[in-house]
Amino acid sequence: MSTKEARHKYWQKNIFYLIILLTIWFICSFGFGVLWVDELNSIKIGGFKLGFWFAQQGSIYSFVIIIFIYVYLMNKLDNKYNTNQQDKK
Amino acid sequence: MDIQTWTYIIVGLSFTLYIGIALWSRAGSTKEFYVAGGGVSPLANGMATAADWMSAASFISMAGLISFMGYDGAVYLMGWTGGYVLLALMLAPYLRKFGKFTVPDFIGDRYYSNVARTVGIVCALIVSFTYVAGQMRGVGVVFARFLEVPVNTGVIIGMIIVFFYAVLGGMKGITYTQVAQYCVLIFAYMVPAIFISIQLTGEWLPQIGFGSELADGSGTYLLDKLDNLHKELGFSAYTMGTKSTLDMFAITLALMVGTAGLPHVIVRFFTVPNVRDARMSAGYALVLIAILYTTAPAIAAFARTNLIETVSNAEYSNVPSWFKNWESTGLISFTDKNADGKIQYVADASQNELTIDQDIIVLANPEIARLPNWVIALVAAGGLAAALSTAAGLLLVISTSISHDLIKKQIKPDISDKAELMWARIGAGLAVIVAGYFGINPPGFVAATVALAFGLAAASFFPAIVLGIFDKRMNKEGAIAGMVIGTLLMLFYMIKFKLQGFGGGTEEEWWFGISPEGFGSVAMLVNFVISVSISRFTPPPPAEVQAIVDTIREPGD
Repeated sequence: MSTKEARHKYWQKNIFYLIILLTIWFICSFGFGVLWVDELNSIKIGGFKLGFWFAQQGSIYSFVIIIFIYVYLMNKLDNKYNTNQQDKK
Repeated sequence: MDIQTWTYIIVGLSFTLYIGIALWSRAGSTKEFYVAGGGVSPLANGMATAADWMSAASFISMAGLISFMGYDGAVYLMGWTGGYVLLALMLAPYLRKFGKFTVPDFIGDRYYSNVARTVGIVCALIVSFTYVAGQMRGVGVVFARFLEVPVNTGVIIGMIIVFFYAVLGGMKGITYTQVAQYCVLIFAYMVPAIFISIQLTGEWLPQIGFGSELADGSGTYLLDKLDNLHKELGFSAYTMGTKSTLDMFAITLALMVGTAGLPHVIVRFFTVPNVRDARMSAGYALVLIAILYTTAPAIAAFARTNLIETVSNAEYSNVPSWFKNWESTGLISFTDKNADGKIQYVADASQNELTIDQDIIVLANPEIARLPNWVIALVAAGGLAAALSTAAGLLLVISTSISHDLIKKQIKPDISDKAELMWARIGAGLAVIVAGYFGINPPGFVAATVALAFGLAAASFFPAIVLGIFDKRMNKEGAIAGMVIGTLLMLFYMIKFKLQGFGGGTEEEWWFGISPEGFGSVAMLVNFVISVSISRFTPPPPAEVQAIVDTIREPGD
C-alpha cells in the first residue's frame, strides 16, 4: 500500500459499504421479520404470509446475498488499490 | 433389514471414515494443530465452519422447537444465521489479517495487556465448556435411542472418537473430519425432509412445499390448514407469535451477536490462506448453513401437521408403533384424564393429555411419516455427526486456550514448538474427559447454559473485538472494564431469572420485559457504552498498538 491517503480512502469506502449492507441486513431481518411483521402478513404469496415468510425464510436468503455482495465489492476494492493477494500464499 | 441393523451399518461406516481422516491428517506442528497450517481452501473451511456451527441443538432440537413455537421460532432461524453477516463484515477479514491463532491472542495484543488476555481466556473457557457438555449429552441420547445402549456408554464411545481425531490431528484433523461430517449431516437432514414434502404437498423442495397446497386435493394451503388445526385445539395460530415484539427483537439480536462472538466459530477463519479467502469462506459457510436452516421451518410445519393429524382424538389402543417406542423413552407421555381411551391434545393444560418432547420432531419424523428404515438410521448418523463436529471444534478452543494463551503467552514464553504441541494434546485430552464427565453427569441447568453461552459471547467478545478494529482510540482500560461488567451483568441476570439466585424473579419482573435469552443484547450494549466512555477518560493506546490497528485496516494480506 502506497500512501496514507490511499489507505484512508480504502478504509472510508469499506465503512461506507458496511453501513449500507448492515442497514439492508437490519431491514430484512428485524424490520420485515419482527417490527413490521403484522403489516406484511396481510400480503400473501402462495401459502405464505409475507411477514412470516421473511421471518422464517426470506431473512436467511437475504443474509446470504448480503455476504456475497460484500465479497464482490471488497474484492473489487482490493483490486483497485492494487494488491494481489492470490500471488502471496 | 430392521432399524437397528441399518443404524449399526451407517453409523459404523461414518465413524470409520472419521477415524481414517484422523489418521491421514495428523498434525506435526503447533501451526497445524491450531490453524491447520493456515492453508485450508475457502470451500473446505466453509463446510467445516458449517459443521462446527451446526450442533446437536441445530440438528436435533431446532425444528422441534420451531414446531411448538410457530412464528416465534424465527428467533433461532434469524439469530443463528444473521450473525454470519456480522462475522463476515465486521470480524472475520480483520481478524484473519491480524493473523494470530486465537481470540485471546487478539484481545491480549490489541489491548496490550495480559489481564485482558486472561479475561479473554476465562470467557472462552466458560463459553466452550457450557456448550460442549450439551454436545456430549446429545451423542449419548442418539446412541441410547437408536443403538439401545445406555446413554453413558454412548457418551464414552463419542469421547473415544473425538479424542482420537482432536488429539491426533488438532485443527487439521478436525477440519477435514468436519468436511465429511457436514456431508453426512446435511444428507441426513434433507432426505427425510424431501420425502415428507413430496408426501404432503407433492413438491420435492421443502422450502417450496412449506408454502404450497396440500396434496390431498383439498386445495388448502399447508400453513392455513395448520393455523386452523391450531385454532380448533385452542393453540394460537401457527403463523402468529405470542412473544412481545421487544423480546423477539432482543433474543434475535443476542443470538446473532453471540454467534459472531463465539470463539470456536471465529478461529475457523484463521485457517484460510488470506483475507480474501476469509470473506469468501464466510459466504460459503452461510450458504451451507442456510440449506439446513431454511429446511428446518418446513420440517417443523410438516411434522406439526402430521403429528396433530395422527394423534389428535386418536384411539390410544390404535396409535402407530412409533408412539409406543418413544413412550418407552419417556419423551412422549399420555395420561387419559377423562378416561375415554382417546388422546386429547389441546392447549388447555387441565384437559390436555399428551406431552411431547421437542427433540422427537426430528428424530421420530421419519417414523411418523413412515419412511424406510435406512432413512431413520441416516438421521441417527446425522445427529451424531452434528454433535461430534461441534464438540471437536469446542475442544480445540479449550486446548488452545491452555497451551497457547496460557502456557506459551504467559507462563513459559520460551517453550519449544514441540513441547507446546504436547501441551496442546494434553489440553485436548483433558478437555475431552471433562466434557465426557459433564455429558454423563449433566448439570441440571444445561438448557439455561446454552442461552448463557450466547449471552456471554455477546456481552464479552463481540464489543471488545469490534471496538478493537473500528475504534482506534479504544484502550485496555475501556475494553477490560466493558468485558468484565458485561459478563458479570449477564451472569447476574441469568442466575437471578434462570436459576433463581439473588432472590430469584418471575417473568413479570424481567427488566424491560426482556427474557434471560435476550438479555445478552442489553449486556452487550452496556459493554459498548462502558468501554467507550471509560476509554475517553483514560490514556490512548500506545503508538505501536495504533499501528496494529492501521495494519488491520489496510488492503492486502
